[in-house]
Amino acid sequence: MHNMKATSPTQQDLTPVEFSTDMMTEINRVIAMFPEGKQKSALIRILHIVQTNFGWTSVPAMNKVAEILNIQPIEVYEVATFYTMFHLNPVGNYVFEVCRTGPCMLVGSDDIIAYIENKLNIKVGETTADGMFTLKTAECLGACGYAPVLQCKYKFHEHLTKEKVDEIIEAYRQASLLN
Amino acid sequence: MAGRQLLLENVHIPGIETFDVYRKNGGYASVEKALKKMTPDEVVEEVKKSGLRGRGGAGFPTGMKWSFLAKPEGVPRHLVCNADESEPGTFKDRYLMEKIPHLLIEGMITSSYALGANLSFIYIRGEFMYILHILEKAIAEAYANGMLGKNIMGSGFDLDLVVAPGGGAYICGEETALLESLEGKRGNPRMKPPFPAVKGLWGCPTVVNNVESIAAVVPIVNEGGDAYAKIGIERSTGTKLISASGNLIRPGVYEIEMGVSVEEFIYGDDYCRGIANGKRMKACIPGGSSVPILPAHLVTKTAAGENRLMTYESLADGGFASGSMLGSGGFIVFDEDQCIVRNTYTFARFYAHESCGQCSPCREGTGWMEKVLHRLEYGHGTMEDISLLEEINKKIEGNTICPLGDAAAWPVAAAIRHFREEFEWHVTNAAEAQTRNYGLIQPRVEEIKAL
Repeated sequence: MHNMKATSPTQQDLTPVEFSTDMMTEINRVIAMFPEGKQKSALIRILHIVQTNFGWTSVPAMNKVAEILNIQPIEVYEVATFYTMFHLNPVGNYVFEVCRTGPCMLVGSDDIIAYIENKLNIKVGETTADGMFTLKTAECLGACGYAPVLQCKYKFHEHLTKEKVDEIIEAYRQASLLN
Repeated sequence: MAGRQLLLENVHIPGIETFDVYRKNGGYASVEKALKKMTPDEVVEEVKKSGLRGRGGAGFPTGMKWSFLAKPEGVPRHLVCNADESEPGTFKDRYLMEKIPHLLIEGMITSSYALGANLSFIYIRGEFMYILHILEKAIAEAYANGMLGKNIMGSGFDLDLVVAPGGGAYICGEETALLESLEGKRGNPRMKPPFPAVKGLWGCPTVVNNVESIAAVVPIVNEGGDAYAKIGIERSTGTKLISASGNLIRPGVYEIEMGVSVEEFIYGDDYCRGIANGKRMKACIPGGSSVPILPAHLVTKTAAGENRLMTYESLADGGFASGSMLGSGGFIVFDEDQCIVRNTYTFARFYAHESCGQCSPCREGTGWMEKVLHRLEYGHGTMEDISLLEEINKKIEGNTICPLGDAAAWPVAAAIRHFREEFEWHVTNAAEAQTRNYGLIQPRVEEIKAL
């Protein structure tokens, strides 16, 4: 699992972070959607923006969000820790979240998870040594008719087969070479 | 496709996701009709007449829910669309929003007018971020064409519409947890009363409706509540979107007229076309993971031997002893090779994972059920474990703030009720159970008759 071990907040680098101008433009656009005094309603969407930009949701980033929304940092932590989409520890460039709930299980999600573990040589919850891929399981992604499914960077990959998994992994490797 | 298509009729028209194509095909007619020719109360009256029942799962009459909305002077009211779609087996709203986003937006405008809401929201699960972008694009088009914003179609009615994402939490499909989440908090359900209709979003009177319910308001206003109520059987009026998944030849989203037989839905050419890979059906969960599972012989027929129909009443025929529920229309079919213990375990794991942790019976009980079912599935279970599961069930059911506890308890209780011999076999033949599945169960006719 390389150097991406789970870190408690006290082990994280707590140096304050700054958000880019683009991020701030997007954040301010979201805040403006809600009535005066109800800015906190923008919190979850802002956390999505943070994670999209940084890859994960760190304590310093959450502190910055609290400052922007003029709320206590704990109000951000308690939300980020409640919702499963926020990665509270560093993850690979591409996080595979493979659904394993009933309808996916019925059509072979267990085999797909085992195949990815084997192919990437990591267990669920781990990141590849090159920092490219993290494998996680997810509970119902709401795509049961197109099962088995996995989600990566908000994109759904459906009707998974071993061959399709090979193609997806290769496509992401190629994409990362272009970046 | 057999039957009338009130919601999905136009999904295959190229470009229907754009405002212009949608409008050219009769889109936004309900807004025009409601805002120009009807009072808000008249719109509510049509929805009442239609018999429309909440499509998210509970099946509560939408018109009645609307009529409960408190209207104190000077306090804003809100309509919130529940697009959290998190019940396992359910993916119909995703399909509707992706294919024909303007139908939901049109429904939101007409419904907001009926309720007197000037700021409405679509709360969508975070995993559907790509659909949030589709909706925002469509909303921008609606603003640009005068369907949103100030003085819509010269009627004097103003409406702003905002899409807000969740962050991954099943519980936020529960309406008060959804409202907490929409306020930027953890999704812990609220005590009721007060109901959202009195104190909802930011303490204001609020109606929360499922995507499909709000979309159904469009044909109801266009054609009239009476015309809508003519489709279907008894108190199951109109059409229903069914999400079909599991071991079917053709899984997917189907719009059915209420009253189609379950047999036709599973095996008919217009629908799922039967069980995949030439296998036989073992079981079916007809309304999303929270409703009772039925063994094959109780899926297409009721215990009394009548044909089971796709309606609220027929699927519930026999109560929990031999029936189930239409729920959200998450229709999950199991072939003969599936293990009921394993399936029950995966759902128990799901509920343990998704319990918000607020109420002890649910927080602890769902965790215990997961552990006990894990033991049974992996060959370490005892006969006492089966009765222990039933005990835990009784301790959870009815003892929690929100229905998640019940939703976690019912599927386990139903699986044991109908497939007890398979659970027992996992204990008595533990080693064998690791290498093969139990297969079909025999109908226990005498038992059913005795019930």
